[in-house]
Amino acid sequence: MKTKNNPLYYILFIAIFAILLPAGYLSGLLSVNTISVWGRYFCFAIAALGIDLIWGYTGILSMCQAFFFCLGSYGIAMHLLLKKTVAAGAVLPDFMAWNKIDTLPLFWQPFHSFGWSLALCLLIPALFAFVIGFVLFRSRIKGVYMAIITQALTLAMWLIFLRNETNLGGTNGLTDFNTLLGYSLSSSSVKLALYMISFAVLCAAYFFCYRITNSKFGKVLQAIRDSESRISYAAYKVVDYKLAVFVVAALLAAVGGMLYLPQTGIITPGRMDVKASVEMVMWVALGGRGNLKGAVLGALLVNFLYSICTSLFPDSWLFILGFLFVITVLYFDKGFMGLLESIKQRFSPTRFKTPQTTH
Amino acid sequence: MLLNVNNLAVSFGGVHALNLDHFSLRDKELRVIIGPNGAGKSTFLDIICGKTKADKGEIFFNGKSILGKTEVKIAESGIGRKFQKPSVFPGLTVHDNLLLAAKMKKDIFSSLFFKSTPALADRIHSVAVKLSLTNVMYKLAGDLSHGQKQWLEIAIVVLQDPTLMLIDEPAAGMSDEETEKTGALLLELSKAHSIIVIEHDMKFVEQIANELVTVLVRGKRLMEGTFAEVKNDQRVIDCYLGRTNAQLETL
Repeated sequence: MKTKNNPLYYILFIAIFAILLPAGYLSGLLSVNTISVWGRYFCFAIAALGIDLIWGYTGILSMCQAFFFCLGSYGIAMHLLLKKTVAAGAVLPDFMAWNKIDTLPLFWQPFHSFGWSLALCLLIPALFAFVIGFVLFRSRIKGVYMAIITQALTLAMWLIFLRNETNLGGTNGLTDFNTLLGYSLSSSSVKLALYMISFAVLCAAYFFCYRITNSKFGKVLQAIRDSESRISYAAYKVVDYKLAVFVVAALLAAVGGMLYLPQTGIITPGRMDVKASVEMVMWVALGGRGNLKGAVLGALLVNFLYSICTSLFPDSWLFILGFLFVITVLYFDKGFMGLLESIKQRFSPTRFKTPQTTH
Repeated sequence: MLLNVNNLAVSFGGVHALNLDHFSLRDKELRVIIGPNGAGKSTFLDIICGKTKADKGEIFFNGKSILGKTEVKIAESGIGRKFQKPSVFPGLTVHDNLLLAAKMKKDIFSSLFFKSTPALADRIHSVAVKLSLTNVMYKLAGDLSHGQKQWLEIAIVVLQDPTLMLIDEPAAGMSDEETEKTGALLLELSKAHSIIVIEHDMKFVEQIANELVTVLVRGKRLMEGTFAEVKNDQRVIDCYLGRTNAQLETL
């Protein structure tokens, strides 16, 4: 009795973001910054899809998605910074020179090449996720312990990235880029292009997750969430499935991070502090857990709300977010998407009552 | 012998939950295990299916030792388990519950690229018919009644097509009619599978115990015999106090 393939959502979504917003910009109604801001939200939505896979579908609360997001961002940032440095005829990025480093650290070397940067941006998070997941899932850590350990890990990584000795820019992060593959990042047409690419990648990621969750693989994930012991007595290797979905979620976060960077122009460890990693989970909680549309909607809506609230009442954003979260937990645990569905159900009672009135 | 158990012992916090000298099961045998609460019946099944680790002892299934293997390895070798508290996947439909259980390759890639075949659909349908689940195929398993959940879990075990089925209190929470139907089903299944059933309901035990009944008391095997022998054994009667005792006497 699920209304799975209601095209209305997709049509609305594409109409607004692929046609209305770009048209608004081209006709001069919207500034290019608005476009860029939404482009960034799409990146968050991509990461949110991953969180929905791992948490909403599989029931593993991973608090280190923000870290994977940052790994993607940092990788691209390193590439952009090196390009700029080389173009300026220098050997070292400015911040390294200030830190009195005389040779480029070894791990920066591969980021000279764009291809290597892309590959490493995906490989490193995947490898991290694989190792973390392998250790945690094999030792059968689950539930709140999983959340605490992954959060602690993100915190540890945050502390490492904050240090100047890590050679990743410390607290200030990496910033001040000018070109990506020769295109100037400050030009409006590049911003629009990045917006469209982010949108396309979001659609592709959604389609990919949709296929996964509707395959038998997706059903196994839900079965792991519902009853882990039952599924292992049915001869499914739970660790393999958890590991696979954890790596996929990490990759989605990293892809989000990679697209995010050129649109914001800065990445600091602040993107993966405790607040940021909790917020990412909240997008999915508010949008609707175990529902891909909910994850996308949650990420877009919460961030949109954030930008409104921070300009209207700058100091109260966290209170508003906390209030929303409490309301969600108390009154509509299926999030915003669940609320929409139940409203729809109320307004079209005939469709849902027929199966019950037949007997 | 399909299953051979020797000197199996496990204790929880110093209490001997199970101390079984010997237990064996023929191929295609239906064995009922009875015993008062805390006799170690469920613990015994837990050890066989890998949920609980034994302190010592040996279990041979089909001639191979399965003690200490993982749940998945044990399930793959052909042992299926139904738990005392019905454990199904409440967030999935009945159909999906059955689909996941069905015997097939269960690694990640097979699941990702899984396509249903008519043979599989038929098989799921025929098991669903056997367990009266056809009317609720597309309902969420979490919305089923207790009795239906019990049947769904039995269906899950049946679809796994194990050599040995471990069935823990299948009739708990069922009406008399449902209980009888469950009994008939187990008898039919025992033609093709070996089954160990744990049960409290003596009427139900009488219905299905065509072969041996094992009585466990405080983790030890008290006796083994036909239902009539067990029923009239003074030691068994002594062990059962209260309600279950009354049940035995009325038979």
